Amino acid sequence: MDIRKALEKRILIIDGAMGTMIQRYKLEESDYRGERFKDWHTDVKGNNDLLCITQPHIITEIHKKYLEAGADIIETNTFSSTVIAMADYEMQSLAYELNVAAASCARNAITEFLQEHPERKDKGGPWVAGAIGPLNKTLSLSPDVNNPGFRAVTFDEVVSAYYEQVKGLVDGGVDILLIETIFDTLNAKAAIYAIKKYFRETNKESLPVMISGTITDASGRTLSGQTLEAFYTSIMHARPLSVGLNCALGAKEMRPHIEELSQIASCYVSAYPNAGLPNAMGEYDENPEDTGHYLEDWAKEGFVNIVGGCCGTTPDHIKHIADHVSSIEPRRLPVVETELV
Amino acid sequence: MKDSTIIKPYLRLAGLEPLVVRPETNFINVGERTNVTGSKMFARLIKENKYEEALSVARQQVENGAQVLDVNMDDALLDGVQAMTTFLNLVQSEPDIARIPIMIDSSKFEIIEAGLKCVQGKCIVNSISMKEGEAKFIEQAFICQSYGASVIVMAFDEKGQADTKERKVEICHRAYKLLTEKVGFDPQDIIFDPNIFAIATGLEEHNNYGQDFIEATREIKALMPLTKISGGVSNLSFAFRGNDHVREAMNSVFLFYAIKAGMDMGIVNAGQLVVYDEIEPKLRELCEDVILNRNNDNNEATEKMITFAETVKAKGKEVVKDEAWRNSSVEERLKHSLVNGITDYIDQDTEEARQKYPKPLDVIEGPLMDGMNVVGDLFGSGKMFLPQVVKSARVMKKSVAVLTPFIEAEKELRRQAHIKAGTVNEEGAGAAKILLATVKGDVHDIGKNIVGVVLGCNGYDIVDLGVMVPTDKILDTAEKEKADIIGLSGLITPSLDEMVHVAHEMKRRGMKQPLLIGGATTSRMHTAVKIAPQYDNGVVHVLDASRSVTVAGTLLNAEQKPDMLKTIKSEYTKLATDFANKKTTKEHLPFAAAQANRVKIEWDKYTPPVPTFNGTKVFKDHDLSQIRKYIDWQPFFIAWEMHGKFPQILSDAVIGSEATKLYNDANTLLDKLIKEKWLSAQGVVGFWEASAVGPDTVQVRPEAGGERQEAGDIRLESLRQQSKKAGGQPNLALSDFIAPSNTGKKDHIGAFSVTIQGIEPHIKKFEAAHDDYSKITLQALADRLAEAFAELLHEKVRKEFWGYVKDEKLSNEDLIKEKYVGIRPAPGYPACPDHTEKYKLFELLGGKENTGITLTESLAMYPAASVCGWYFSHPQSQYFGIGKIQKDQFDDYVKRKGMSVEEMGRWLRPVME
Repeated sequence: MDIRKALEKRILIIDGAMGTMIQRYKLEESDYRGERFKDWHTDVKGNNDLLCITQPHIITEIHKKYLEAGADIIETNTFSSTVIAMADYEMQSLAYELNVAAASCARNAITEFLQEHPERKDKGGPWVAGAIGPLNKTLSLSPDVNNPGFRAVTFDEVVSAYYEQVKGLVDGGVDILLIETIFDTLNAKAAIYAIKKYFRETNKESLPVMISGTITDASGRTLSGQTLEAFYTSIMHARPLSVGLNCALGAKEMRPHIEELSQIASCYVSAYPNAGLPNAMGEYDENPEDTGHYLEDWAKEGFVNIVGGCCGTTPDHIKHIADHVSSIEPRRLPVVETELV
Repeated sequence: MKDSTIIKPYLRLAGLEPLVVRPETNFINVGERTNVTGSKMFARLIKENKYEEALSVARQQVENGAQVLDVNMDDALLDGVQAMTTFLNLVQSEPDIARIPIMIDSSKFEIIEAGLKCVQGKCIVNSISMKEGEAKFIEQAFICQSYGASVIVMAFDEKGQADTKERKVEICHRAYKLLTEKVGFDPQDIIFDPNIFAIATGLEEHNNYGQDFIEATREIKALMPLTKISGGVSNLSFAFRGNDHVREAMNSVFLFYAIKAGMDMGIVNAGQLVVYDEIEPKLRELCEDVILNRNNDNNEATEKMITFAETVKAKGKEVVKDEAWRNSSVEERLKHSLVNGITDYIDQDTEEARQKYPKPLDVIEGPLMDGMNVVGDLFGSGKMFLPQVVKSARVMKKSVAVLTPFIEAEKELRRQAHIKAGTVNEEGAGAAKILLATVKGDVHDIGKNIVGVVLGCNGYDIVDLGVMVPTDKILDTAEKEKADIIGLSGLITPSLDEMVHVAHEMKRRGMKQPLLIGGATTSRMHTAVKIAPQYDNGVVHVLDASRSVTVAGTLLNAEQKPDMLKTIKSEYTKLATDFANKKTTKEHLPFAAAQANRVKIEWDKYTPPVPTFNGTKVFKDHDLSQIRKYIDWQPFFIAWEMHGKFPQILSDAVIGSEATKLYNDANTLLDKLIKEKWLSAQGVVGFWEASAVGPDTVQVRPEAGGERQEAGDIRLESLRQQSKKAGGQPNLALSDFIAPSNTGKKDHIGAFSVTIQGIEPHIKKFEAAHDDYSKITLQALADRLAEAFAELLHEKVRKEFWGYVKDEKLSNEDLIKEKYVGIRPAPGYPACPDHTEKYKLFELLGGKENTGITLTESLAMYPAASVCGWYFSHPQSQYFGIGKIQKDQFDDYVKRKGMSVEEMGRWLRPVME
């Protein structure tokens, strides 16, 4: 089923945190390396995306847990799978392969899940969203306070990094592309540019694009300084399937921003907040019930079409969210006028 | 389920903040000084690699009101790609500039694309065209679209630039079809530039260029209504370069006609436009002739213009500044800037001080606080006045804004160090925090803003929650932010109850901080009697902004605080007791006796005048330059805590020179806001048949055929004075001034509401620029304009619409003294203190639809600069105050109104004994 059809009928559930789940496996350096990278010249522990190649069964298992919890959309484990972000581990050359591998992990999880739960097929999906992260270098901000005009990376470099990621994700078989955790809109614009370029050059039919920004604090702005409406205005040209917010805030803090977005966005609206704000130990400790309650309120207010969780959320959170919103009508798409009346 | 949201097809742009071009949006100013082809200074700065200074040019454009920033680096001696990239990257790190959308301007597409790679917001590309054929045009449009930019399309094709109206329209239409059908552009993202060429050049074929542009604009907008029209205006007067006087006039006249035809935006140096109305008539006529190509056979108009131009010399605008103070130490310079309110050097001086002192915070606590202390002392001793203090605050804020990122960076470093070391982060206690809010239901905040600025100047950390703030939000924030003092403000009477509620809640929550009460309706008496008893930890009424400083200072001093609270408590207790005693001493009449003592009017000898229309008449976008003539300046000065009569205040021995400065600044702002159409005045006036159908009731018959006719007659209920009067003096009620039904006379009542719209973006702009002085001036002016508009309409009503004094000749002073015949009392004010009658007034007038005014839950009008009222024409009608009413009247009134006792009681509490 086309995801658009499903979105007309119900609120879709996107999965929760990957990192939080990987932590539970308490993996060591050697686990990360696996057989293939046992002699790699730098430490690779912490390179979670690498696990798609070295421990694919773990990633697939995590995806399945989210599917069992009720997720309709699962995100590939590719937050940092670009030539730019992989430089931290000197694994730039693996970028394309990581994306293909990650898409396969997610696809396999869905195949296995549907075999075990054939009744799930009626609802449409589940769908794989190829996750395109924000990069560790930004285009609007200078890393050097004494030289505000300096940039650590160029627009063209970012476009080519994202282009390669998009190619890997599409080749690996994702259904959707998800530009997420955007704290610098210009990076996101480079990703949009890369996606448009990829589909024009390959003459393939475009995949739907989901866009999810990040409001970093109570100022209500992105890290690069834009207000929410300015952010939305700046990425509208992607004609996204959905626009939304994720990360940085818990549901409680995110509410006014999601409300605003639901008023101005002509497309579907997504939201996957963190499990509250980090506690004194830097851990997320919001109860799954509480997250579920918050999101149920948004659903009842007609703010959202796609909900789920970001940092600190678990399959348990996703299950609660899914239970709470399952019977609530999704936000209706606004009427987009094409004439001045 | 809610109704679906509607999204309109408006042009939407963004910098750090959005810019939505709505049909009602006025002409969009595109800042043009950051253009190497147009500004020699900017070109020089870029060539000499002085990018920091070049940024200040951009900043100045934003401060002067540019809504979009045009950036152009087309110069043969420059590497355009590199210059564009460097400059835009720098602009992106200046939030006060990056706030507005960027227009990337180049004739080379590679430079445009380089610019697009630097800007996160939604830009305008200026421009693309079909001069190299359709294929190239489409390709470039695709690229612009991939970056999410709107495009300006120049009316240019393979054959050249379009000069005639027909060519302009034809090319634009062809481009439109390609963009919307082949590239998939939204029509609202297309902006046409149909070419403004120089006129009056002496060549006859150029004579119709102005008219061609104007007419093409009209046709393009009719054919493709969602698109926008832009243009470079100064080209028009190119033939008169060097003669600014003539150029400014020509540009203004041209814009006047082009905007009327549908031009939406343009590259204009706003500082170099004159107000259309202010152009000397002869020059204006010459301009109109050359622009509209009238009386121009054989270049006749052009010749006349050239002759005229030779007679005027451009006026020199040189101002000699005393810059000797620049030679003193950085501390002295900061102090000088603070005391004199100079922002020109504050960034560089602050930066110099930052490098001189060990920590950025030291700059604030050292030289800046020293300077502000001088300001505080001068203010305290009456040697500086509020407007100056607010200017000083602007300088302070700008300086602090320079330091803030460094302070934050330091904090972050310390925090990280703590995290690393595993220790607890204990930030210094910092300045005392004062939370300010205008209470729920109230939208007035000029006074509160002034208090905030003055306290801010005195080193307090101000948390301003704005207007219409619910109690919970005030108190939650106070707890979260650990505010040391809470200050409440309000202007309308229901706000008094809201303040009582806040005090009550503070007690319930067991809060500790003192509560300050201020605002026009508040009083020491009300505070003592109603608010203070609700809360035990200190409630203080503060008369004005200058007292707030000493009050806050004392309350935050652990030694002085208990004494002060004790003194105030005993003072308030005494007031409350006196009040209770006094209450019983004043004599009141039984309600029936008061009704019997109504105003005696000999109706049989009187013929009520008949208005020229029945029903409403709407005044849309009324000319502000007309309205300004009716301004009553005295309340404007009172808003700034400068008391005295106008215009005598301008020559007052003590405050005269500051009052004059303020007056001049206000008038300059007024000129600007009228010229640039920041604000618009909306009003509605109505008349209906009316008769008094009971002692205190007036029945109004909505006009036949009107929307409100079906609702049937509307009954207006009056309150009546009930105190015992001296012999022969009536107990007044408004209903006395309308002919009773049994007299057989056909009488009328009128009503009006007016509002000044459009202030918000400019307030935001001033806030972003830390310019409280301009912000407060603008708010005060908007209030004055609303009142002036009410005055203007009332005069029209008397002389024309109701026409009962056709030959009235009153000066503005006489009007202010209310020497006119008839009255215009407003629900909620002394003669009719019941705010809920406002519903009826709005129902009759269609207030919301006709003027855009909405009512808050406390029945305050929003926008705050709004006025409404009833019109009474009878010569004996007069303004008065109801005073206090008794329970017998209250009971009767509740019955007539059909409201519950509780609800009515809540609204009438201020007039109840």
